[in-house]
Amino acid sequence: MRHILSILLENEPGALSRIVGLFSQRAYNIESLTVAPTDDNSLSRITIATIGDDNVLEQIVKQVNKLIDVIKITDLTERKHVERELLLVKVVAMNDKSRTEVKRISDIFRGAIVDIGKQVYTIELTGSSDKLTAFLETLSHETEIIESVRSGCVGIARGEKALRV
Amino acid sequence: MTTEQFSGAEMVVKALSALKVKYIFGYPGGSVLDLYDAIFQQDDIEHILVRHEQAATHMADGYSRATGEVGVVLATSGPGATNCVTGIATAYMDSIPMVVLSGQVPTTLIGNDAFQETDIVGCTRPIVKHSFNCRKLTDIPNIIAKAFYIASTGRPGPVVVELPKDLMLPQIKAPFNIETKVKMRSYNPNVKGHPKQIKKAVKTITDAKRLVVYSGGGIVLADASDLLTTLVETLKAPITNTLMGLGGISGTHENFIGMLGMHGSFEANKTMANADVILALGARFDDRVTNNVEKFCPNATIIHVDIDPSSISKTINAHIPVVGLVDNVMHQLLDELKASQFTPDETALAQWWQQINLWRDMRSVDYKQVEGEKIKPQRVVEAMYKITNGEAYVASDVGQHQMFAAQYYPFAKPRQWINSGGAGTMGFGLPAAMGVKLAFPDKHVICITGDGSIQMNIQELSTCLQYNLPVVIVTLNNRSLGMVRQWQDMVYDGRHSSSYMESLPDFIKLAEAYGHVGIKIDSLDELDSKLTQAFNIKNKLVFVDVLVDEKEHVYPMQIRHGAIDEMWLEKGVKA
Repeated sequence: MRHILSILLENEPGALSRIVGLFSQRAYNIESLTVAPTDDNSLSRITIATIGDDNVLEQIVKQVNKLIDVIKITDLTERKHVERELLLVKVVAMNDKSRTEVKRISDIFRGAIVDIGKQVYTIELTGSSDKLTAFLETLSHETEIIESVRSGCVGIARGEKALRV
Repeated sequence: MTTEQFSGAEMVVKALSALKVKYIFGYPGGSVLDLYDAIFQQDDIEHILVRHEQAATHMADGYSRATGEVGVVLATSGPGATNCVTGIATAYMDSIPMVVLSGQVPTTLIGNDAFQETDIVGCTRPIVKHSFNCRKLTDIPNIIAKAFYIASTGRPGPVVVELPKDLMLPQIKAPFNIETKVKMRSYNPNVKGHPKQIKKAVKTITDAKRLVVYSGGGIVLADASDLLTTLVETLKAPITNTLMGLGGISGTHENFIGMLGMHGSFEANKTMANADVILALGARFDDRVTNNVEKFCPNATIIHVDIDPSSISKTINAHIPVVGLVDNVMHQLLDELKASQFTPDETALAQWWQQINLWRDMRSVDYKQVEGEKIKPQRVVEAMYKITNGEAYVASDVGQHQMFAAQYYPFAKPRQWINSGGAGTMGFGLPAAMGVKLAFPDKHVICITGDGSIQMNIQELSTCLQYNLPVVIVTLNNRSLGMVRQWQDMVYDGRHSSSYMESLPDFIKLAEAYGHVGIKIDSLDELDSKLTQAFNIKNKLVFVDVLVDEKEHVYPMQIRHGAIDEMWLEKGVKA
């Protein structure tokens, strides 16, 4: 099962490599990983999307918690949460037909065309990972995808629950 | 307030001194010359010069295992640091508190593939509890204080501190400030067991009909053997120890049923397999204990006490997990037992012990020594036990001799048994024994080793002479890599691929060349007298080379992929 783990840790050099190293060392899966400092600059927040059964997840959470730099880890997928991922995709838009079609699909998914070249459109889209995948799939039927980049998902719990020191 | 200024090198030494460090085990080199100069100019800390950095880590490790203090290692950058890797892994696997100070090229050269540059923090990341890169002069004292705090608290382990050369320069100085009482928001080892879990555990223990206590290295690390003994006597339960836990309760205690696991006693493994409640204290259900996890003790309710949550339900699901320092939890258990007016179920106990004694009567660990035939290795360990009244510190290498030592030298006290259990590092024994001897110069310190293992750090015979460390080295010499050979006999139809030693040195001459005494023993008649002679030489290192039966196997032995109690009792004989 897919899980989204949110990790709050010291914004120290090497902290990220300890997390990544742990996952590879113990053969845990990383589907995506994002990291950036939080509003408090001394802290970083990492979001990892991973796949594993309950036993594996329990070990991942315990092992990550054991790292000295880690302050907290939570499995967002255990309860209600908001999850978002950013996609930038560059597609071929050579003629009126394909331009219209790309614009139409982009509108349906509530994407935004953020750059236009002579023969290309670059589209920005935010949403759940599933939505991004569906968008790419739909686009690929209408035009050629030249390049795409996804941020990996980030997430936050709904309601009062917060991951903080 | 003092405005006195110190160089980085002086700060390191001052910090170590503030943390009451007595010995550093190390080897100098380019990036740490300033540090060595600072060490030269003070008297608080003695530096022990080894002959190879790996030995420095094992010496620090042995010192720590015997004393409970943090072992300190100093190595130069590059190869000096990478030579420490095996020793760091060894300490990590057995949760030994250690701080490794590594030199590094100047910060301006880091990342340039400079001379003797290695990313040692990167190299050691999977085998340390934590590590630090120093990048600012004034940070040094508190980084070192943190390193000691992390290494020695919670589940102990090695910590690496990287010290770039430009931070050590004598001409660059700053004030020295150290906070030896460390607080970290990201690290608060959980120290007490959850009261609800304690209540549950005691309820389960009280209802048990066939309880067994299974304790490990955590008891030794927590210096909790008295508590453990009290608990076992209160419960009147059988107790088994892991390889790392030997000495946690006296090896001659009537409730002690021997080591468990791969080469554990039949009665220990049988008792585990038939228990209805297993109380695991500071042990981690290692694969050398459980054998096939699918078949592991299916009828037992498992109470697992450990300071490291990730050890709980990692290999074997715990029904009642208790996270906490094992000594605290045992106090809590004893208090709760008292509060609940616990009295042992004598009828159930009598039946249980009657059964256990039947398994004991199989005398699974016994061996046969025939007069006039080759010396059995077990016999050598027994002889040493008698000669030293069971009071020696025994550091072992890795292989058959290690198992014979574990089986035939019942340890009365914790910290008496020093061995690389988790990592299984050959070459550990001699330097570890040296670390112990340094801490306890008046005690018998034996290095039980084999002709394979001893050659993995034999250069340290030179260090022994320099610092007058008269350990007794006893090599159970079978002219082969015994444990490898045993597996080849049992699993590979006797094809001895690279497991025999065709060109062993003359160990007696070798010992003499290093300035020590060598004694060779090759017949049973002279075993006791020559061993006694060896232990009577107090002021010189004695290297005893005992030629033993090369065909001997370690028994009993778990049958691969079987349940915990499926065992070979001797060649071709299954339980």
